[in-house]
Amino acid sequence: MIAVESLSKRYGETTVVDDVSLTVERHSVTAIVGTSGSGKSTLLRMINRLVEPTSGRVLIDGRDTRAEPAYLLRRRIGYVIQGHGLFPHRTVAENIATVPRLLGWNERRIEARVRELLEVFALDPATYAGALPHQLSGGQQQRVGVARALAAEPVVLLMDEPFGALDPIIRAKAQDDLLGIQRRFGTTVLLVTHDMDEAFRLGSKVAVMSGGRLLQCDRPAVLLTRPADPFVSRLTGLADRAMRLLSLVTAGEAAVPGASDGPAVAPTASLREVLSELVWSGADSARVVDADGTVRGRLTVAAILAHGRP
Amino acid sequence: MSGAELRVVRVSGAGLARVDPLGVVLAAAGAAALVFMPFVVFKSNRIVPGDPRSLAQVLPAWGALGCAAVLAMSALVALWVADARVRLVLALAGTAAVALAAAAAGDALTPPGDSIVRIAPGGAFWVLMVCLGLLATDATTRLRPGPAVRVLFLAGSLAVAGLALAHGTFDHLSVMREYAINAVRFAREARQHLELAFGSLAAAALIGLPLGVLCHRAPRLRPAVLTTLNVIQTIPAIALFGMLMAPLGALAAAVPLADRLGIRGIGAAPAVVALFLYSLLPIVANTVAGLKRVSRAAVEAAHGMGMTSWQVLTNVELVLALPVILTGVRVVLVQNIGMVTVAALIGGGGLGAFVFQGIGQTAIDLVLLGAIPIVTLAFSAALTLDALVEVLDRVKA
Repeated sequence: MIAVESLSKRYGETTVVDDVSLTVERHSVTAIVGTSGSGKSTLLRMINRLVEPTSGRVLIDGRDTRAEPAYLLRRRIGYVIQGHGLFPHRTVAENIATVPRLLGWNERRIEARVRELLEVFALDPATYAGALPHQLSGGQQQRVGVARALAAEPVVLLMDEPFGALDPIIRAKAQDDLLGIQRRFGTTVLLVTHDMDEAFRLGSKVAVMSGGRLLQCDRPAVLLTRPADPFVSRLTGLADRAMRLLSLVTAGEAAVPGASDGPAVAPTASLREVLSELVWSGADSARVVDADGTVRGRLTVAAILAHGRP
Repeated sequence: MSGAELRVVRVSGAGLARVDPLGVVLAAAGAAALVFMPFVVFKSNRIVPGDPRSLAQVLPAWGALGCAAVLAMSALVALWVADARVRLVLALAGTAAVALAAAAAGDALTPPGDSIVRIAPGGAFWVLMVCLGLLATDATTRLRPGPAVRVLFLAGSLAVAGLALAHGTFDHLSVMREYAINAVRFAREARQHLELAFGSLAAAALIGLPLGVLCHRAPRLRPAVLTTLNVIQTIPAIALFGMLMAPLGALAAAVPLADRLGIRGIGAAPAVVALFLYSLLPIVANTVAGLKRVSRAAVEAAHGMGMTSWQVLTNVELVLALPVILTGVRVVLVQNIGMVTVAALIGGGGLGAFVFQGIGQTAIDLVLLGAIPIVTLAFSAALTLDALVEVLDRVKA
């Protein structure tokens, strides 16, 4: 668990982060959103002390981050930045092995970990371990960047606009991969983005920042239905907030018992996707069907629409 | 298959039809030099002007014809053959023929046992060497050899030249006559030359590298340091030597230890100090430029993963800046090898001693004894470091 307590950062007269308190649950993904200059990156960088706070403190699993030298702290925290920041003169394997080497792991353990991560990130070790970063595609470089951050099994992963440099299709894939990895390793993820869709898609909680202040930090649905500040509703988008709400609920969660002769949808599909399917096909209801063909229930248009209101 | 054959025919056809513009210039200059300029000059001693001798006059008929035939082949190839490998081979063959012809002329014209006469290469020799050298350089550029090949080629050329010199092939030519008289001093001055050039480079690297890192870390310091070094760079070498004489002389007078260590107003000390000062700018400026070029994301990631500042500097920043820093080292080394020559003026020694002594005595052969090794050293240093920079840059391009 990360506890941020009254954290502030001032440069001379300018306050970049203003008295922010925030709790990040263990094994959860929290997305920090805000416009540029909102202080979200500075907040993130104060957690691994790339920026030293002016006041306040950060506790990770109850331990003050200032209890040890900053470079030792950072070896326990994964860090991913926009544009990956891979070392261009080192191979993919050497890049991934960076933190384990700093921690003095033995070679056999390092090699096994590198191999494991390459396989997890769908990069064939035979092809990619010895490759240099510039020989990879943008999506692959980004995956190596995340693999490198996870190499020493950190409990916390900080990500600063990690997918900002990727094109939309690769970005969607990278987001799915991140959720898969996070579930697999149980890492606590704190992610900074200016992309609201990304925040809603990845974050079990979303923190909204503006002018250095934390306006609200809650589940996405709460941000939409009970925004704490007009800025929050502006940022989340007034025009399509109903659709955003629908996209937070899956068909499996909303299905009610009953039969339908409408189109079949997967339980993992969001209500937004189901509604789109119904509009397209002209049917009144959809059948929610498992991958193995078991019918889980049905969804009527009216039931779906009810989910789009607070 | 027939397509490939056709292409070969067409290429060679085009090659024959099109005359190479560089080849025209080189062949014309070479031919004109051979006809109108002396191949060697016969001097009854080292300072008299001497009589011109043509290639035909100094070699037996078969020798002159053979040499002329090789040169004619080189000219034809330079004019009409596009294949760079053929051009390179003929350029080298031509160079060898001209060099051997000069050596043979020296042997033929020197009376047995005589050490007073001087057989100096004449205008035709030098023009031919330049033309063939340009032909070889052009061919090498067209071939785009890798760094390793270039260094091997250099080493091979130096080895062949060295073997010929050791074997005594050119012993009867004037420059080697001067060498024979000055052999012991030559070795000493050459060593001194290298010590001055590399010593001041080492000192500049030792001080300049940390200074460059400091300028990178503290941008406020940068303009002051770089401006100062720039100003130093604009002072002419002779003037800087002169400016250093007074303070170093005073130091030697005040501190006997300094005097005993050889730190005096004249000699090697002001030369080393001046070269060191000149060397600082390229090293510092290139260190700053190299560090600036390092991807900021990589540095940020390095800090973020828990490298200490020292680890970030040595494992990431300096490694990535190395090609640019080495480019600075190359500039300094070539500059120093040339500039050490002037150090001879203030008693600093080095191969420049022969140059200035030769100028004083109007003995051009003595000048060449100093100048040829200096040019060879500078050229070899430039080529080797260029190759090294390319290798390092390719790794992380």
